Amino acid sequence: MTTRPFGIPDYPLAETCPGEVRGARGLSLDELTLERVVAGEIAMEDLRITPQSLSRQAEISRAAGRPTLALNLERAAEMAALPQRVIMEIYELLRPGRAKSEAELISAAKLLRETYGTFKLADFLEEAAEVYRRRGLYMGRY
Amino acid sequence: MTTGANRWQRFADWDLRPLRLDRFAAEDPENGFSAFRGRNDPQASLAIEDGRVTVLDGVPEARFDMIDHYIARYHIDPSVAAEAMAIPAAELARMLVDMNVPRTELTRLAHGLSPARLAEAVANLSALEIAFAYGKMRARRTPGNQAHVTNAKDDPLQLAADAATAVAFGFDEIETTVRVSRNAWSNALACAVGSAVGRAGTLFQCSCEEAEELKIGMAGFTSYAETVSVYGTERAFIDGDDTPWSKAWLASAYASRGIKMRCTSGAASELLMGFHEAKSLLYLEARCLCLQRAIGVQGTQNGGIDGAPLAATMPGGVRELMAENLIAVWLDLECASGNDARPTESEIRVGAKILPYLISGSDLICSGFGSILKYDNSFNPSLLNGEELEDYLVLQRDFEADGGLVPVEETRVLELRRRAVDAVSAVLEELDLAAPEARMKESVVVASGSDDTDSFTPRQVALISEKISERGISMLDVVRALDRRGFADEARNLLFLLRLRVSGDYLQTSALIRQGRVMSAVNDPNDYAGPGTGYRMSEDRRRDIVGIRDVLDRAEVLRTEGTFAKAEGGRIRYREMGPAQTGDDPGEVVVGVSPGFGLKLFRTLAGHPLSAVLKEIKAGVEERGLRLRVVRLLHTADTSFLGLSAATLSGSGVGIGLQAKGTAVIHQRGRLPHNNLELFSNAPITSLDHYRRLGSNAASHALGELPDPVVVPTRGEALGSRHHARVALIYAIETSLTRDGAAPQEIEIEFMEAAE
Repeated sequence: MTTRPFGIPDYPLAETCPGEVRGARGLSLDELTLERVVAGEIAMEDLRITPQSLSRQAEISRAAGRPTLALNLERAAEMAALPQRVIMEIYELLRPGRAKSEAELISAAKLLRETYGTFKLADFLEEAAEVYRRRGLYMGRY
Repeated sequence: MTTGANRWQRFADWDLRPLRLDRFAAEDPENGFSAFRGRNDPQASLAIEDGRVTVLDGVPEARFDMIDHYIARYHIDPSVAAEAMAIPAAELARMLVDMNVPRTELTRLAHGLSPARLAEAVANLSALEIAFAYGKMRARRTPGNQAHVTNAKDDPLQLAADAATAVAFGFDEIETTVRVSRNAWSNALACAVGSAVGRAGTLFQCSCEEAEELKIGMAGFTSYAETVSVYGTERAFIDGDDTPWSKAWLASAYASRGIKMRCTSGAASELLMGFHEAKSLLYLEARCLCLQRAIGVQGTQNGGIDGAPLAATMPGGVRELMAENLIAVWLDLECASGNDARPTESEIRVGAKILPYLISGSDLICSGFGSILKYDNSFNPSLLNGEELEDYLVLQRDFEADGGLVPVEETRVLELRRRAVDAVSAVLEELDLAAPEARMKESVVVASGSDDTDSFTPRQVALISEKISERGISMLDVVRALDRRGFADEARNLLFLLRLRVSGDYLQTSALIRQGRVMSAVNDPNDYAGPGTGYRMSEDRRRDIVGIRDVLDRAEVLRTEGTFAKAEGGRIRYREMGPAQTGDDPGEVVVGVSPGFGLKLFRTLAGHPLSAVLKEIKAGVEERGLRLRVVRLLHTADTSFLGLSAATLSGSGVGIGLQAKGTAVIHQRGRLPHNNLELFSNAPITSLDHYRRLGSNAASHALGELPDPVVVPTRGEALGSRHHARVALIYAIETSLTRDGAAPQEIEIEFMEAAE
């Protein structure tokens, strides 16, 4: 098993390795056919990108000289495993004045780290918590 | 004449032009009205200690606001900052326009440049230099375009028909929004189905409330999002109800579901929101753009956007919109380059605004070309709209520039509109959402805009939308419904879009879909390095782009003339009488007609039958008591030489030259060819009465009088644009009939009259 990072020659993944690109329930691109959809064998979950594909895209971004896009895709790779509800709740919490104290963001970071094992996202929230405190964002706006 | 006038009338004329509806603003840097030179714009500076930014554009770390912090932490790459910041702004500007400095070198350096330095550098460039640099620096090689598809009723049938239409014209992305926010689900479903008609791969978004938009994306209806706005001042950001961290969270959230996303920022949004900090439009935009790169979005919708009309009120405002777009692509972001909100009522300003983008190309030239009529645009009218789409197609053809669109045949558009309406109707029925009636469908297929449709009411749409949302209908349900009703192609095309999100290939910078394949800055990078490099249209693409409708050619001219031949045959008879002699009758005026006159060509550019023209000239000559003799000249088709040759044959020494297209001249023996007595050069507006007076004046000259010249009044019509293609083709037919040295032929004409 090679550990070589993905690069520009591997792109687009759908063309270079369609058999390896799989949805969240394991079906490969080749298996995501209209016939299967019509037969009711495919759900939206099958059409969800996996953390692995996002990590590979992050590697390609980095190889193409786009490290910040790579970081975003790496956060997304962690988020791919999060339930939609948690994503939306934390988004709301990050908006100005939603969290009334630094502790709320810190506790969300703890949830991300301990329950979901998404460490990059947890660090990201803690960074926000510190800046929000310094800039006085823990203040109700409506 | 008005007496007592004390104002030059021209100003009153100007007052009535559409331009004067535009209100312009004075430059006022104190109050944020400055494109490039805000009162508080900082000097560029950057200090780094232990790999950490401690001063950014004059602000020490302890005083960083959220935006400074985010840019310092995520945008600035300490490993290139010292090298990049050491380059003076003027030198960076020269590198931007130097084709020998590769794009990749400039994007690498941008990772170490502060917002103020980026702004200083591009501010050095003229508008022309910005356009050139933009063409070199944009991320993807192949240009693209985006359409708005909305209507005033949120009517799903029309959304589907108009989406299919936009796809046919070649738009790579389609954006819709709502008049009534609860209609979002219905609009998304309808546009998605319409966009799948004709071909696969047009990306689609539904702009609405941030959380709702993400849900619609999760249900599979949309494939990208772009209305994630960022601002250049902290207070504006907070009033926008977000922070850099919440926006970055959203960016990752979209990517985590395999949905393409770009942020939005544009000049003057901070000014509109009341928190500009007395900084220039460009400097604040430089902050926005660095922030977007820092967040890690692949791209930006940038170039004024909703603030474009305000930016355009200021001196240099339009150059600033170009400059901010240049910063966006220098930062290696996909750029959907504005050219959406209509910044003017002046069509000249519209055309001038779009041209640099059309000729330099852009990832998405418009981030919302209004493919529908102005009043149907729920975002507000765009720079260019359904009314003007053909003007844009012609601009592409004029400049041989790929603006992302292609002409489509009228019958093809109608077929696609019908197919889209049938497809979305099938889905609405199959999913038990609504039952469109035949009259509704028919009205939509042919309608130019929603004023002409007899379709769903906004209330009915709200019910459809709520059902979609409440019942948790997903795109897969739509795919199955289409397949059940025989729309297998459309079902397959929608599934194609859903499958895109599994590989995530279109999450890379500047991705769009062409011929079923993802094309992005990774596999189609802009490699411009001077003439002959970068994007060049293929022969096939050029053929498509120049193929506008209703163009003239020689066969078309002859065919049209042929339809007049028969009617003329019933009105006049020309009899060839052999070689023409020089006359000795001082009472004659000779008219010399051109070689194709009445043989191949039968009416003037004004549409008068040639028989009627001859009849009037003859009457004009005869009313002065003289006689008209007709000769056909075969050695020339030129008006002046026709006239001079006729005059030379004329007993009175006065002749008339008359081309089949109606151009005429009165000439006199002994004059120089182009020094005639009277010229009737504006054939398209020359009336039969003018020809009668021409005959009369020719007779006057023959009688030795000096008549008042006939004036054919022009109202400033662009006669050349209307007629010159036909003129050149007709004239070529005439010249092809000439023979060097051929003798003039005497012609006897007989006017035919049918019994009443």
